[in-house]
Amino acid sequence: MDIILDGLKQAFLLVARLDAEVLSVSFLTLQVTLTATAISMVLGVAAGTAVALNEFPGRSLVVGLVNTGMGVPPVVVGLFTTILLWRNGLLGELELLYTPSAIVIAQVLIATPMVTGITLSSIQQIPKSFRLQVLALGASRLQMLWYLYREARLPLLAAVMAGFGSVVSEVGAAIMVGGNIRGHTRVLTTATVMETSRGNFDMAIALGVILMVIAFSVNYALSHLQQRSRQR
Amino acid sequence: MSAGAILRAERLRVRNERKFRIEIESLEVAEGETLGIIGPNGAGKTTLLLALAGLKKPESGRIFFRGEPLDVSGSMIDYRLRVSMVFQEPLLLNATVFDNVAMGLRIRKMKGAELNARVAEYCELFGIGGLLRRRAKTLSGGEAQRVSLARAMAVRPDILLLDEPFSSLDLPTRESLLADFEEILAKTRSTALLATHDRAEAIRLSRRLAVMSGGRLVRTGTPAEVMNDPSDEFVASFVGVETLLEARVEEANETGFFARAGSARIEVAGKAAAGEEVILGIRPENVILSAGEGPGATSMRNSFRGRITGAVNLGAHYRVKLDCGFPLVAYVTPRSWSDLGLAEGSEVTASFKATAVHLVRRSSPDA
Repeated sequence: MDIILDGLKQAFLLVARLDAEVLSVSFLTLQVTLTATAISMVLGVAAGTAVALNEFPGRSLVVGLVNTGMGVPPVVVGLFTTILLWRNGLLGELELLYTPSAIVIAQVLIATPMVTGITLSSIQQIPKSFRLQVLALGASRLQMLWYLYREARLPLLAAVMAGFGSVVSEVGAAIMVGGNIRGHTRVLTTATVMETSRGNFDMAIALGVILMVIAFSVNYALSHLQQRSRQR
Repeated sequence: MSAGAILRAERLRVRNERKFRIEIESLEVAEGETLGIIGPNGAGKTTLLLALAGLKKPESGRIFFRGEPLDVSGSMIDYRLRVSMVFQEPLLLNATVFDNVAMGLRIRKMKGAELNARVAEYCELFGIGGLLRRRAKTLSGGEAQRVSLARAMAVRPDILLLDEPFSSLDLPTRESLLADFEEILAKTRSTALLATHDRAEAIRLSRRLAVMSGGRLVRTGTPAEVMNDPSDEFVASFVGVETLLEARVEEANETGFFARAGSARIEVAGKAAAGEEVILGIRPENVILSAGEGPGATSMRNSFRGRITGAVNLGAHYRVKLDCGFPLVAYVTPRSWSDLGLAEGSEVTASFKATAVHLVRRSSPDA
């Protein structure tokens, strides 16, 4: 119990003191996860919509892959991203391994199937006749998509929350492709793992609390948006 | 091929999702008319409407809008902005009534005072002016379908396509909406295509009917033409076998009226105003035939001399077609047929009660 209380105290002090290291780790975490979430949202919503609205051979296979992708262990994604970015790997020339960009890439690979899957199911739930009705009122294809997203706005925001939640809390891939390099690729999760393994529980708890506050704040903001749009 | 046709389809072949193909040799809609497309479920009515709405690409054939052929290979956006379609389900946005009725107008970039005024105008027209701020989810089925109709008509389409718009409503709701819609169609002078499996609804709203079966149009004409001269057994069984007469009310009193149909003057129990154009329906089982000059002393108010122009033995009875100065169909049992010595060409007297004649359309609830 004392360890936790000390940890909370320590966390409070670190934040109150505006500890440079804690701030930079927190800032990088936000930057990386929000970038990854934004990219996954664009890719996932586009892919989910494309699969939901089109009939093509092998469609059920694609749907199965997307659903499997939603549950792929981040460690496996980390492994493949590492191999991909390795010096003599497919994208080795970009020299991205052990950079924040590498973490973003891994996180995009983790979150995109999530966003794709939820988008797919939420768009599919809207009956086809609704799409015909929108077109029958003279809508262009873009206008039709706008109305479709408008109808699916609650599950689409849930997709963003799920995507963000999956990457902000992720540690395995971030360590493998980022390397937890101090001042460069150290994020809250990897720092927490390191401090815990060193026995610095107070620091680890402090980082954990900050991580939870960030996760809560972003999700609270999104939920607020979601619940407000429910009334509209 | 009349010059006034706003919409014309030629040799149209369209396939739906279930690989069912409709084939329309030719179809014309005149400006300002309502064409009723009737047929059982699965006849291909929806597929035809979707093709005419520019929402389903035909395999082959051509569609002309105001004489100009449509390029059906593109998005048909220009054409789609000129027509609008209402479906069986209201398919409303999860938004307010205002936002729903404004939808088609916003798609056309209308905004501000013009938008507000147009939405208000069409909501008033459909009796939902008081519901503007209500969420679509909280509406009753009838209210929701009114919103859907107002939404489609608010864009003032050149052609309104209606796919079973009243079919999912319960009877009283449907009756009140039908009565209002009939008035609105007349008032706005809209051109409309109404697909329905309900012939009474089609007769009431349409000047012309097209009967659809197995993906084809099997008969086109005025309600009376289609009903009285069905081209084949299918049409006959689908539209019902009663006689329908286009008539004009000559004289009306407290209990009934006299209507002129061809050379005949028919007495009807019911309400209609003098000068009104009506359609009268007479079921064949209510027509009594007698060989002599008159029916004798009976309570039947209508009695006409006529000649048998055709008869079909249906087993339980003969369906007998008569010419009494107007076409009339009667049922006669095989026994009476032989007892009375009837044959094609026989002179008979056909009689029916004033109460056996029903008004089929125009603000008549007993349709």
